[in-house]
Amino acid sequence: MTADTALSAPLHAAQDEGVVGELKARFSADMLIVQTTRTGMPVVWVPREKLKEVLTYLRNLPHPYVMLYDLHGMDERLRTQRRGLPPADFTVFYQLMSIERNSDVMIKVALSINDLTLPTVTDIWPNANWYEREVWDMFGIRFDGHPLLKRMLMPDNWQGHPLRKDYPARATEFDPYALNAAKQDLEQETLRFKPEEWGMKQQSDTSDFMFLNLGPNHPSAHGAFRIILQLDGEEIVDCVPEIGYHHRAAEKTGERQSWHSYIPYTDRVDYLGGVMNNLPYVLAVEKLAGITVPARVEVIRIMMCEYFRIMSHLLFLGTYIQDVGAMTPVFFAFTDRQRAYKVVEAITGFRMHPAWFRIGGVAHDLPRGWDKLVKEFIDWLPKRLDEYEKSAIRNSILKGRTVGVAQYNTEEALRWGVTGPNLRATGLSYDMRKARPYSGYQNFEFEVPIAHNGDAYDRCLVRIEEMRQSLRIIDQCLKNMPEGPFKADHPLTTPPPKERTLQHIETLITHFLQVSWGPVMPANESMQIIEATKGLNSYYLTSDGSTMSYRTRIRTPSFPHLQQIPSVIRGSMVADLIAYLGSIDFVMADVDR
Amino acid sequence: MSWLTPSVIAIILAVVKAIVILLAVVICGALLSWVERRLLGLWQDRHGPNRVGPFGAFQLGADMIKMFFKEDWTPPFADKMTFMLAPVIAMSALLIAFAVVPITPTWGVADLNIGLLFFFAMAGLAVYAVLFAGWSSNNKFALLGSMRASAQTVSYEVFMGLSLMGVVAITGSFNMRDIVEAQHQGMWFIIPQFFGFCTFLIAGVAVTHRHPFDQPEAEQELADGYHVEYAGMKWGMFFVGEYIGIVLVSALLVTLFFGGWHGPLLPPFIWFALKTAFFIMLFILLRASIPRPRYDQVMAFSWKVCLPLTLINLLVTGAVVLYNATPAVVH
Repeated sequence: MTADTALSAPLHAAQDEGVVGELKARFSADMLIVQTTRTGMPVVWVPREKLKEVLTYLRNLPHPYVMLYDLHGMDERLRTQRRGLPPADFTVFYQLMSIERNSDVMIKVALSINDLTLPTVTDIWPNANWYEREVWDMFGIRFDGHPLLKRMLMPDNWQGHPLRKDYPARATEFDPYALNAAKQDLEQETLRFKPEEWGMKQQSDTSDFMFLNLGPNHPSAHGAFRIILQLDGEEIVDCVPEIGYHHRAAEKTGERQSWHSYIPYTDRVDYLGGVMNNLPYVLAVEKLAGITVPARVEVIRIMMCEYFRIMSHLLFLGTYIQDVGAMTPVFFAFTDRQRAYKVVEAITGFRMHPAWFRIGGVAHDLPRGWDKLVKEFIDWLPKRLDEYEKSAIRNSILKGRTVGVAQYNTEEALRWGVTGPNLRATGLSYDMRKARPYSGYQNFEFEVPIAHNGDAYDRCLVRIEEMRQSLRIIDQCLKNMPEGPFKADHPLTTPPPKERTLQHIETLITHFLQVSWGPVMPANESMQIIEATKGLNSYYLTSDGSTMSYRTRIRTPSFPHLQQIPSVIRGSMVADLIAYLGSIDFVMADVDR
Repeated sequence: MSWLTPSVIAIILAVVKAIVILLAVVICGALLSWVERRLLGLWQDRHGPNRVGPFGAFQLGADMIKMFFKEDWTPPFADKMTFMLAPVIAMSALLIAFAVVPITPTWGVADLNIGLLFFFAMAGLAVYAVLFAGWSSNNKFALLGSMRASAQTVSYEVFMGLSLMGVVAITGSFNMRDIVEAQHQGMWFIIPQFFGFCTFLIAGVAVTHRHPFDQPEAEQELADGYHVEYAGMKWGMFFVGEYIGIVLVSALLVTLFFGGWHGPLLPPFIWFALKTAFFIMLFILLRASIPRPRYDQVMAFSWKVCLPLTLINLLVTGAVVLYNATPAVVH
């Protein structure tokens, strides 16, 4: 895979049915059940016995599905609207991505409660490892042949599988929490790292290894992230990343919040992404509802998203330089972020978590004088970016710390599910805004910056250039802001239209119900991928014709990025690990959800 | 009062002088914590501590109160004796080394004829503070920190000694006062000994474990390294010890390369203080401006760049000294 093949990638074919034909030609047609959804990709149910065969086939097709984009499950037992689907208590789905085809395919397997086992696919895509562990953790579905099927997000001694429908979603449904000395000891013992469990040796022929527990409280772990290092001196022999300390059950929460009231929860998934988190969610809901938004809404959304991309990248830049030991630039980066926040605050009324997008539009129109504020910012930042580059990025010590450090190539990146700037730093130009434009990105002129070495240094260069491109997009928003309404005229938008409520009682009642219970979305499935600050972020929503989502699957970019760490860092030094962690640009909320 | 002979008076005076000087150094070192934070604030587009007293100058008092009243915690898994000893060494070793620094023609604690050697000895002892702290804490981060410290000190002390031998060769003495006087008669040694100055400055930064040679601490990697288990006054002693190190190395740079107290118009003490303050600021500026190289890069730099440079410098200096010396002097 080279950059050139990707550049010539075909336009995104929303319902690329070609692969269904290929599957039907290879496997018997009555074995495959094709489900119609609004996910924008073919969804094919296959029997469990054939799963491994089908997935292997898809991986090895001409123009193969190189990336396991997502893997998760669903408890189907309470789902009422599932006409035409095979009977199932639980489903596991595999979303595969092909860069050369520029399209996805979703494979689903039905499982019965009496036999919740599946073969592992870690031998086809290594990044299935963590996803399968999470499915085991959340649903209790076992994967035969998995290297070490431990809980992923919950503690090892946790009882039950939280995403099952019979597992309570509210704390009030449990006994009050109590912690006594015995329980505390037990919890602490659970957290103890046992190298043997992971097949790690305590010593080699020549030396004893030291096991160093880095995190969950460590200044450079970027949040509650724990990684256990097997050290020979200062050289990392192997390591085990441990996540779950920031888990807040965002997906479970989706099943008990109305479509509208879930928006603020999305803000907190990638907490540096702000309204950019709202975007895939509202776009997916709008697909379910069949809402088309006015042009002004699209442009406002893009402008705000690019603002948050810049702010996230600025924070990355500051902390990245700090991670390699220079203390000053982070303060300057925060001053610049403050200037961006000034604009965000003036427009949305909030800073980090504005929850400002609405189903069918945005919360309110742009305030008077917004253009002046935006202009000030886009005039200010380019000079500063040049300055960062001159004073910090070209510094020879910084280069010595990051050039050639934690390097991986495009093939490895795709195998591990790496997306976003971390993928583009390896030389592959794959940006969802260009590859599969959403929310009107096709109307903007911008370039997709790439680098070629895929090391810690290039990941930084790509992000700096992305900020410049984001400024370009914001500038185009500023110059071409369309007139018109800031919300679609559709009964399912939130808050619901109110103009005619005081004229008929029926309208008033409907409005009242839509405000108190929330709108009812038609039963279907939909999905939207966006190019978020850290990589590809998507919401896969299943509606059962209710006021709440039946299943909300949030695929975040940072999760696979952390899973990749051991394969990249083996043989490097502790200081390299810190530079690498800084260059990944992750936040734990985006990993644990 | 017959016992008050002139010699006794001289002894008392010397003791008083010594106490005054050492106290002044300690206070300077402690005050530096405020100076550093204010300067960093200035360079980093922020305020720094500015609430206590004029310009926050009494911040030190507030910090002292905090440190004194903090729980003086010793971890149960630590080796008690060594754990207590480490901060004492950290603070005292470099403080004692200050005894050989001549401040003005009349002020100074000791006028040792092995002045420089005494400093090397004390700088060598100072590494035990880090070693003991890292070893006795029984903490893996601390251990890694002290491992780095010992490796770094070994490599940097090698050429620190050699970097000053040029100065010694020109002067023909280890005595600091002789070195200052030699510069008064000739020129400041920064010119003939420029490479000696560069390498000594680098070694000085490394000996005080200041950024970018703060490998034993390396906050981003080792989460404060060797003193991660320390709290309260014991931690405070490490903290002040580091600043005393800065004052000492700055004072030595002034004495050895910048003519000590000599300068036009102003009294000797002011010249000495001004020059020293300049180097202290340089230390802080270094911390504010550059990233930290990787540990093995630091070692490689020491052995592959600094050591050859000092050796060449010493060879050339020796050749020049021999060439200039009249044959009559060479026996």
